[in-house]
Parts: sequence; C-alpha cells; structure tokens
Amino acid sequence: MNVIANNKWIGQRTIRPDGVDKVTGRAGYAADTTMPGMIWGKILRSPHPHARIRGINTAKAEALPGVKAVVTARDIVDFPVDKSVMLGIQDMRWMCRNVMAREKALFPGHPVAAVAATSEAIAAQACELIEVDYEVLPWSIEIDDAILPDAPILHEFIKFEGKPSNIAGRMEIKKGDVAEGFKQAEVVVERSFTTRPVHQGYIEPHACLVSVAADNKTTIWSSSQGQFMVRAMTAHLSGIPQSDIRAIPAEIGGGFGGKTIVYLEPLATLLAKKSGRPVKMVMTREEVMRSTGPTSGSKSTVKIGAKKDGTIVAAQGTFYLQAGALPGSPIRGAVGCSFSPYDIPNVLSVGFDVVSNRSKVAAYRAPGAPIGAYAVECVLDELAEALKMDPLELRLKNAAKQGTKAAHGPVFPRIGYVETLQAAKAHPHYTAPLGKYQGRGVASGFWFNAGGESSAQVNITEDGNVVVTTGHPDIGGSRAAIANICAELLGIDYRRVSVLIGDTATVGFSNLTGGSRVLFASAMVVTQSTEKIIATLRERAAKIWEIDPEAVKWENGAAHPASPNAGQFEPLTLAQLAEKAPQMGGPIGAGVQLNTEGAEGGFGTHICDVEVDVELGIVRVIRYTAVQDVGRAIHPSYVEGQMQGGVAQGIGWALNEEYIYNKDGKVDNPGFLDYRMPVCSDLPMLDAVMVEVPNPKHPQGVKGVGEVPLVPVMAAVANAIHNALGKRFYSLPMSPPKVLEVLEGKG
Amino acid sequence: MAKLHVSTTINGEPMEFLCEPGDTMLDALRGPLALTGSKEGCASGDCGACSITLDDRLVCSCLMLAVESEGHEIRTIEGLAHGDKLHPLQQKFLEEAALQCGICTPGMLVASDALLRQNPRPSEEDVRFWLAGNLCRCTGYDKIVRAVLETAAEMREQGTRESRQ
Ligand code: FES
Ligand code: FES
Repeated sequence: MNVIANNKWIGQRTIRPDGVDKVTGRAGYAADTTMPGMIWGKILRSPHPHARIRGINTAKAEALPGVKAVVTARDIVDFPVDKSVMLGIQDMRWMCRNVMAREKALFPGHPVAAVAATSEAIAAQACELIEVDYEVLPWSIEIDDAILPDAPILHEFIKFEGKPSNIAGRMEIKKGDVAEGFKQAEVVVERSFTTRPVHQGYIEPHACLVSVAADNKTTIWSSSQGQFMVRAMTAHLSGIPQSDIRAIPAEIGGGFGGKTIVYLEPLATLLAKKSGRPVKMVMTREEVMRSTGPTSGSKSTVKIGAKKDGTIVAAQGTFYLQAGALPGSPIRGAVGCSFSPYDIPNVLSVGFDVVSNRSKVAAYRAPGAPIGAYAVECVLDELAEALKMDPLELRLKNAAKQGTKAAHGPVFPRIGYVETLQAAKAHPHYTAPLGKYQGRGVASGFWFNAGGESSAQVNITEDGNVVVTTGHPDIGGSRAAIANICAELLGIDYRRVSVLIGDTATVGFSNLTGGSRVLFASAMVVTQSTEKIIATLRERAAKIWEIDPEAVKWENGAAHPASPNAGQFEPLTLAQLAEKAPQMGGPIGAGVQLNTEGAEGGFGTHICDVEVDVELGIVRVIRYTAVQDVGRAIHPSYVEGQMQGGVAQGIGWALNEEYIYNKDGKVDNPGFLDYRMPVCSDLPMLDAVMVEVPNPKHPQGVKGVGEVPLVPVMAAVANAIHNALGKRFYSLPMSPPKVLEVLEGKG
Repeated sequence: MAKLHVSTTINGEPMEFLCEPGDTMLDALRGPLALTGSKEGCASGDCGACSITLDDRLVCSCLMLAVESEGHEIRTIEGLAHGDKLHPLQQKFLEEAALQCGICTPGMLVASDALLRQNPRPSEEDVRFWLAGNLCRCTGYDKIVRAVLETAAEMREQGTRESRQ
C-alpha cells in the first residue's frame, strides 16, 4: 500500500463540499426540481393482495379535462418470464412487473396504471376513473403460509423440486462435513428465529422529473443511488436507447439500498413521451411504505456445536427470506455472511427465496446479513453461556483471521476482526457496572463489501483549483472524503477541491452507490486521475526548467527540483502551472475508468446496554458502543456517522419496526406515526470506535464502512435483553407487548 | 374555485401568493413561493422535515393551511443565515458532520433554532425531547445533539462576551 506520510487532509474532519447548500436549504433534491410546462403523474395502485387483471378501461380518465396521458403495462416493454435479463443483480423480468402489474396484481399498492395531468389533484381524480376488472385470487403474506403445499401460487412458472412453488430460489454454501463436525461437538445449541420486514425509512420519498423531446432525447432528474442504473432500467422498460437518455442525479435524501431500483422513472418517461410534456412524479409516504422496499422478513434455524474448550467445530444455518411478490430476496447475504467472522471447519448454510403477496423487497444495508447475524450471534451467546465463557472470549477463540478460509469461499487477507474484539473487550463500556433490569449484550457482524465500476474526471481550473467529477451519488458525505484524498495527493488546501456528481452524459459509467463500495472505488479512480495530473504538472515544470521530468518532484502543491543536482529553481505552484497551461501544452485534466477490485470484507463488534421497564415492557437502549474495522478513515466524522446511523436503524429493527398486516392482506401501518422508527429521545449517544487495519489492496487503505454497522445490532440488543431479564427472545421486534408476554411467562 | 390571495411575512419580507383553500403552507412554500428548503417527508406531521416557525412557534408546515399565514410571520430555513453569514447552528452542523443525506437538515435546524431561542441552556435530554418530532434516518442523532449542545454553549459564551464589551 502506498502510505502517505504526514497526512494533511486524509483523516481530517474537513467541511464537506456540498455542506453549505445543505444547511441553507438550497440543495436540489428531485422533488425540488421543476420545469416549464411541467405536468404531474400519479399512479393507480391495486387494492388487492392478489388478483388477475382481466382488463383495464382508461377511457373515462382520458376524457377528464386536464389529463394528458395514461399508461398501463401495455406501454411498458415486456420481458417474458421464460428468459432472464440481468441488469446488475436485478432481473428485468421482475423489474418490468414491479414497475407496473402485467398479468396479475401481486400486492396491495402494486401499480396498475399511471396518469399525467395538469395538476396533482386532476391526476388523482383521473386514477379513480380508471376501471380495472380484477379477478380476486387467494393470497399469502407470511413465509409459513406461502410454503404450504396448497398455498396460492403467485407465479406458475416458478418451480421448486419440479412443482409450481412459491420458493423461487435456493442457495447453499458448504465447507467441510457438518454431520461429521457435529459428532465432535460436546455442546450444541440450536434455535429458530423470525424477523419482520422493516423499511429502509429514508426521509425523502421517491421522486423524479422527466422530459422527453419529440426526437426521444430524454432527461431524467431523480434521486437514486445510481444515475446509470436509472438510465439503463428506464431504457430497458421504455424502449428508448440509453444514448438518448441523460439521467441527472439530484441530491438524494437517504436510500440505504432502497433507491437502487426504479419505481417512477420509467412511468414518468412513458407519460412524458405520450403527452409531450415534462412529467413530475413524487410518492407520498404511504406509497413509499406500501410499494417500495422493505427488506425481507425471515425465519431461520441455526445450530452451532463446540468442544468444551469453546472451539467451534460445526455450524449449520437455514434461512427463509421473503422476497415479496417477485423473486430476489437477499439470501446471499444471510447465507454467506453470518458465519464468516468465524473460523469453523464444517459449515452448511442454506437459504430459500420465498415469494408472497407483499411489495418486492429492495436492498437494505448489508442485505440479508443482519438477518443471518441475528440468529448466529444469538446462538453464540447461548453457547457462551452453556460453556460458561465470556462471549467475547468465545468469539476471539474462533475468530477469522488472515489465512482463514471463510465459509462463503475466499481466504481472508489481513483483516481486522480480532482487533474489533480486542478493542471491545478493552473498552470501559464492557466492564461498566449495570443496575437493576439492566443488561449487556455483544454481537459481531460481517459484510462482503464491493468494488466494481467507477469513473472520475479531475480538471485543473485556469486559476489553479480543482474540480473532481465522479459518477456516484453522494448519499452520506463521500464528496468530503474525495476532496480530502485529492487535496492530499496534490498537496493543496481541501477547500480548493470541488467535487461534483456527474450525470450519465458527462462522466463515465459508474455503478450504484451501494454495497459499501463508493469510497473504495471512487478513491481509486480519483487517485489514478490525480496521479496522471501530477505527472503532467511535473512534465510541464520540467519543460519550463529544461530538465528531465524525472528530476521534478511534486510536493506541497508545487513542482520542485527532485534533488540539488537537478538544478536550482523556484518551485512552480499548481496555480502558476495552470496559468501557463495555454502556452505549455493546453488544459490540464485526466480521467480514469476502472473495474475496481480488492474490496475486502468489513467486520464490527458491538456492545449494547439496555434497561427494561418490567411494568410496561419497554426496552430502552441506554448505552451503545460500536467497534468496527474501517480500513482507513478518510473522513472520520462521516465514518462515525455511518456507524451511528446503522446502529440507530438496527435498534429500530430490534425493538419497534415492523410491517403490520390487517386481515385483508394490507399494510396497516404505512406512515411514520405507526411505523415507529427511532426518534431522538429514544436513543442514547452512540459511541463509534474506529479500528484501522488498512486494506492492502487500496491506495489509501479504504474498506467499505456503510453496511457493517447494521449487521450485529439486533443480536446485540437481544443478548442484552437476555442479560437483563434472564429470558431469551427469538423473534423481532422485541416490542413492549412481546416483552410483557415473555415477562409474564407466556412467550 | 378561484384561488385565494394571501399576504404574509416570510423571513422578514412581505410576501403575497395565491393558493387553493386546501393547500398546506408547505405546498405554498414549495410551490408559488419557490422556497424548497422545507421538505416533505410524510405530509402527516410525523417527520419534521417541513418545520417552520409561525410567529416564533415551531410548526409542521404540512399540517398548517397556507391561508393561515395571512398577516403572520413565517420563518423557514431560507431565513436562518444572514446574507453569506451562516447561523451558528448551520456552521456547527457543518463542523460536526451533523448531516449525512441532508434531507432532514432544514427541519432540524429550524427546530433547533426555535429551541435555542426559548431555551439557551438546554440539557441533552431537552434537546432529545425537543427534536423528537424531527426524524433523521441517517445520523443516529448523535452528531446532531452534539452540534446543538455545542452551539448553545458557544452562543452563550458569545453573548457573555458581547455583554461584557
Ligand atoms: S412533512 Fe411535515 S412533518 Fe413530515
Ligand atoms: S441526514 Fe439523512 S435523514 Fe437526516
């Protein structure tokens, strides 16, 4: 790794380049965007959990004054079910059916038609005039119902073990021989768990504005985790070539994985094309809750066996995850991540993807991994108890390290898991006294992290400042980190670097902001671009001094003779070289496009203290410490922010958040009042401890940091509750009624 | 139905606008008034992204009718800074990284400002309960609470220094 001595900006808590815009209310999010002549789009959604669509009559809606266009599935490119068309991890067969119901409406809230009109009110009124002939079908919501032999089948073409089934996929990882492994075990713990779907809960609802000219030239402004994903999916679903679409990334008001697919953009595009007017669409909160995200609900069984000295010899996991109405639950995360922190010789981990009549799940922070970790880390806690071992000791004894072959396949390079355990053990939190009805729990977590495609362009302005353009939406401060890196390499003040997010027409292809990949990948392309620029600057100085470029070094923002024998010259600063650019070879800029590799997995270990109100069943988290190997913290504040944010989401998942369905198969809590995410007064300060074990495969040592923090939380909270009450919970959320039930001995 | 004409004061400026009787203040701000700093996260009074003050009282602009602003004083995020001088809360939010995606930030700042106006010496608990109506899904609130407490301390310090001069 390329160690930068005496960092000036890397590791500093600099002010983010987009900060002032955001604190003054000036930053432009998708819903803030308007255009002359703009009209409004609205969606008609299915009231039924499962219904065949026999016909749709839009005549009355089209006749309503002010209505400019109506679209249904007929207007959207079909992807027949017999052949998959993959775009990243998404299959366009499901995308086209998720954006608009085709043969059947598959969940309440499933779009069946969309209208554009001169006002939102008229568009909504027109939706009511659309007549849909539904044949209502039996439905299932929960995994247990969906996998019954006589369950209503959502998709006849999905077969499992030769028969039509709601099990849309199975995945397995295997290492050693579990049956043999369990024979060696002296203590075995096996438990089953359930979790409920939880929503990503970004505060900004999905929104977009689309303009389609008569020649098909299309401009999309939208908030998403990837403008290139928006372009590709919209092109696929509208039939407009990608080269005719320009997707401009608006600021994004949170995503957490939930904005890695499209919902509105293709519909707005088709409405704009049909009407000849720019179309704006903004979801209501209720629409967000009913028809986007959430992550899967699950049921799982985990069995772990160890010797009396605490050596784990075998582990087995079975994970059923809800996909929602269309295949694609994150079984890979559950199956692949949950045992990875440990060096276990015999592992069998199996996952099943189960469809049922709920909205299609979307990625949510380390998709699948928190579900798996919840089960595994709770079982480990019981195992530690049975072995009379300290739970961190048990983990330390079995921790994966450099050279360990992970259950999901790779052999780990230098990783920092042990360091997180040691830091947690040494933290004063771990030994602080506890009061009555208070308890402490620990848990660990792992996430793969990702690399992938990234592009950057770095340009030097005529006045000697720097403009960096990357292709990744900045969801939580990545611009700040990129400014730090670029300023560091150039040796200039970070305030001289401005960082922009390019649109699909101005920067090379860049994959989603997701998978904790953005800083890993963009730092690589920004570093290489900046290095090219430094080479140019050295050449220019060499030319001016009439010496060899090799005899010029770049330091503190200026070219210097590399050594006294190179000659005696006054340094040439970036600004001086920029000023001379027209005479010395022209503009200074460089761009790099890469398929980045070498993203290494991330590990975290958390300590949670709770206090239980035994009268009311309310659990309060009173202290929380998250320790994580962050590789290298380029901007520590935003790394801590990722950790704290993930923990807060996990506490919500553990204690309160869940989708509640009524007897008609409809979500009963589609708003922030009843879908209760943690508010400020629910939480304590959240201590974020960064352990830095640099990623050897990255120029700055970066590892992804955004997803790991959610992985251990549910187990840490559950283990803390057990420690407080002496009772175990095997299902989430551990909400007051459930806690009371357990306290009263009914659970 | 004909639109209604409303005269009000926004961020110290007299303003007039037209609206439908059922329009919320948030609709008016984001629509005819083109002040899009106030955000809509829920439209039901549960997220605080649309927070403004009405005659110094903190309100959710999504729960207030636009016509109710007639003759009153509204303050929005756009009125927090003075020219190019940021409000101390804005400055502190930047320094402390008390924002990630930034969508809750305008509402958080307006609410925090309203708190400090009536309670210059808030405890952590005061801040947490006051801001309980402003959802943030990104930060876990830690840095926000710190930023508000530190701003309060600095503003008190500043005040003492000014009064001594
Ligand atoms: S939009 Fe007003 S409180 Fe959420
Ligand atoms: S910073 Fe994203 S919601 Fe608060």
